[in-house]
Amino acid sequence: MPTETTEYNAPDSGGKAAAAAQEFETEHLEVSMGPSHPSTHGVLRLNLELDGEVVQKCDPVLGYLHRGDEKIAENMTYNQFVPYTDRLDYLAPLANNAAYAMAVEKLANLEVPERCQAIRVVTSELARISAHLLGLGAYTMDVGALTVFMITFTEREKLYTLFEELTGARFTTSYSRIGGVTRDMPDGWTDRVMVFCEEFLPLLDDVEALLTRNRIWFDRTADIGIISKEDAISYGLTGPNLRGSGVDLDLRRDAPYSGYEQYDFEVPLGENGDCYDRYAVRMEEMRQSVRIVRQAIAKMPGGPFYAEEAKKIYAPRKDKILTSMEELIQNFMITTEGPDMPAGEVYFEAENPKGALGFYIVSKGGGVPYRMKIRGPSFNNLSVLEKVCLGGMISDISAILGSLDFVMGECDR
Amino acid sequence: MIAQDLKAALQESCPDLEDRDSLDWPAFNCPISALVDVVRVLKEDHGYDVLTDATAIDNGVAASPRFTVVYHLFSSQSHTYTRIAANCDDDSEPTAPTLTDLFKGANWMERETFDLFGIRYEGHPDLRRILMWDDYPHHPLRKDFPLAGFENEISDPEIAANTGVKVKPAPMAGGPFVAQQSCFESKREPVAKDESWNEQNEKPDS
Amino acid sequence: MVSSNQDIGYNSKVEGGVIVSKADAVINWIRTHSLWPMPMGLACCAIELMASGASRFDISRFGAEVMRFSPRQSDVMIVAGTVTYKMAPALRRIYDQMADPKWVIAMGACASTGGMYRSYATLQGVDRIVPVDVYVSGCPPRPEALLDALIKLQDKVSTENSAKNLLKG
Ligand code: SF4
Repeated sequence: MPTETTEYNAPDSGGKAAAAAQEFETEHLEVSMGPSHPSTHGVLRLNLELDGEVVQKCDPVLGYLHRGDEKIAENMTYNQFVPYTDRLDYLAPLANNAAYAMAVEKLANLEVPERCQAIRVVTSELARISAHLLGLGAYTMDVGALTVFMITFTEREKLYTLFEELTGARFTTSYSRIGGVTRDMPDGWTDRVMVFCEEFLPLLDDVEALLTRNRIWFDRTADIGIISKEDAISYGLTGPNLRGSGVDLDLRRDAPYSGYEQYDFEVPLGENGDCYDRYAVRMEEMRQSVRIVRQAIAKMPGGPFYAEEAKKIYAPRKDKILTSMEELIQNFMITTEGPDMPAGEVYFEAENPKGALGFYIVSKGGGVPYRMKIRGPSFNNLSVLEKVCLGGMISDISAILGSLDFVMGECDR
Repeated sequence: MIAQDLKAALQESCPDLEDRDSLDWPAFNCPISALVDVVRVLKEDHGYDVLTDATAIDNGVAASPRFTVVYHLFSSQSHTYTRIAANCDDDSEPTAPTLTDLFKGANWMERETFDLFGIRYEGHPDLRRILMWDDYPHHPLRKDFPLAGFENEISDPEIAANTGVKVKPAPMAGGPFVAQQSCFESKREPVAKDESWNEQNEKPDS
Repeated sequence: MVSSNQDIGYNSKVEGGVIVSKADAVINWIRTHSLWPMPMGLACCAIELMASGASRFDISRFGAEVMRFSPRQSDVMIVAGTVTYKMAPALRRIYDQMADPKWVIAMGACASTGGMYRSYATLQGVDRIVPVDVYVSGCPPRPEALLDALIKLQDKVSTENSAKNLLKG
C-alpha cells in the first residue's frame, strides 16, 4: 500500500524497547496471557517470557476450542457436515460453506450452474466485508479506538439483515449446499445489496479518516510486528497477512474458482509487512469486494441455482418431494445415506477472508468421507507468532494479534 | 502432462517414486526414507515453495501400512499443487521425518499430526501436543478411537478434585445417523456410525 | 426505579428526605440494574454477544454493558460458546475467582448441552462444571434472546433474599 510516511517518523519500537531495557533494571518474567483475555479474540493462550517489557519468547497454546470437527466429519454424510463448516471461521460462514461445497463438488466432478457460482461470489464477498469489519473493529478496540468498533458493528448489522433475508439466519447460514445453494435470492435482494454497497463506501472513508493518518494509530501499528516475505511464505501464511508482507498471491485471481476470472479486481499489497500494512490491505480488500459484488450483480446470470442433473447429490426441492415418488425416494436416500461420491482424493483451497481455507477429502466411495482434513488459515497465520512477537514490547502483542485477525474456530477446529 | 514431467524429474532423485491415485493434482507415493529429498527437490528446483498442508491418514486398524503421511505443496509461481504421500514403516509406533528444516510452518502442522495420530516426527525441534492437553493419553483421529471419546481425567487435577468432573464419552444415541451402504438393503437403517453409546451398548455412567 | 417488591413508596412532602424500604428491595434493585457481565466468549456465540453489546441491540439499556474481563469485577458470567474439556478447568477457575453473589448464563446450544458438537473434546454442557442460572437456546441465540435471558436473570435476582444471604456471609 502506498502510504505517505513523509510526515510521520515511524517509531522504532524494537530500538525503543532495547533502549528501555538498558535504562532500567529489568526482571525476567513469565506471563501466561489467556485463554480468556480480551485481546486474544477467543481462546488463545500465550506463554510469554519477558525481560521487563520486552518479549523474549512467545509460545502460543492452542486447542481450547478443539471441538473435533475432523472426527465428526468421518461420522456423517457430506451433506450433514455443511452446518459444521459455518462454525469454522464463524465470521464468514457464507464463504466457508461455499469453499466446502466446492471441494465436495470437485470430488464429485460436478459443475454448478453459472447463477449458483455468481451467488456464491456475491455471498462470499459480502462475508469477506463482514469478516474484515469485525476484524478491524476488534483490532482497533484492542489498541484503544472504540469508536471504530461501534461503526463497524453497525455496518455488520446491516449485512446481517441482508444475510438473514437471504438465508434465514444471521450468521450460521449453511447457505451453499453441495451442488447448489439452498434457495434463490429473494426479489429485490440484489437491489438492497447495491444500496448497502452505495452507503458502505463513504462509511469506509470515514473509518479511514479516523485511522489512516491518525498519529496514535500509526504509532501503535507502524513498524510493529514485521513479517518478512520469506517468513510469510515459509510459515505458510495466506490471505491478507501474506499480502501485507508484499507477496502477490490471491487464489481468486491466481487459481480462479466459481467464476472469479470474470471479474475485475485488484489485489492490494503491503510493503513492510507490519501491522499497519495488514490493516491497509484489509481496508482496500473491502473496497475491492464491493467492486466484485457490483460486477457480479450487474451480470447476474439467469437459470437454475443448483445443478439439476446432480440428482444423487443435491436434495430435491420440497415441493417436488411432496408430489413425486421419485423425488421422495431420492430425498430419502440423500438424507439417510448421503450423496453418492466416487472414491478418490481431492484438495481444494478457497481464498477466504482469513486466508486459504483448504479441504483435503479422502473418499472411499459412498456418502461418508473416509478422512477430511480441514486446513484452517488461522492455524498457519498464528504459527508465525513465535517469531513475530520476539523483541517487541508486551503491549505490541495486542496490536499484532489484532492485525493477524485470526479465528480460533478454524484454527483449533 | 505436468504430472509426467514432474514425475520424471523427481525420479532422478528418487527412483522408487510412484503415482498416487488422485482426482485433481499430481500426486506421488514416495518411500518414507526419500521424503525429505523429494520435498527438497520440489521446493528448490520446481518452485513448490509453500507447504500448505501436512497431515496423515489412518488406513484402518487392520491395514498395513497403517499410517500414511500426506503433504500438499503449493507453488506461488505456477499456482498449482502437488501431493506427496509416504507410508510410515511401523504400524504401532509410526514415525516420519520432519520437514521443519525446509518449512517453518511444518512445525505446528507436524505437532498437530502427532497429537491426533501419534506419528512421531524424527528431528522435530519441539514435538508436543498442540490441540489436546499434554497428558491426554489417546490420539483422537486414529480409526480405533470412537467419536464419543473415552473416559479420562481432565487436565487440571485441582479442579478435578474440587468438582469431580471427568472427561466422559459424549452421548451418541441421538445421532448423527447414517445408513451404511455396505449392508443388506432392508437392514439399512440409519444409525450413528459411532456406536459407543446406543441401544446395544449401555450408556457410560455420568 | 421501582422494583416489584418495593413495598413502601416515597413521598417527599410527607417524609422529607427519608426513604423507607426493605433492605432486600434496595439491594436487589441495585443488583438487578447493574449486572456486570464477564464475557466468556469462547466461540461463535461470542460474536452475537458482541453484537448485543454494540449499537443496534445495546445491552446497556439493561445496565449490563460493562463487560469486564476481570472476574473480580463482574457479577454474571455469560458463557458464550463451546466449552471444551481443555477449556473447562480455566472456565471453572474464572468462575471461582468471581466475587459473590455471582450468576451464570449459558448462552447457546453448546454451552447448554454441548450442542451439535457431540465429540470427544467437548464438554456436554457447562452445567457440569459451574451452576447455571439461565439457559438460552439457539445456535447462536439472537441478541434479543440474550437480552431476554438477562431480563429473566434480573427477575431472578430481584426475588432473592439478599439481606439474609449477606448476613449469613
Ligand atoms: S451454540 Fe452454535 S453458534 Fe453457539 S458456540 Fe455453539 S456452535 Fe457456535
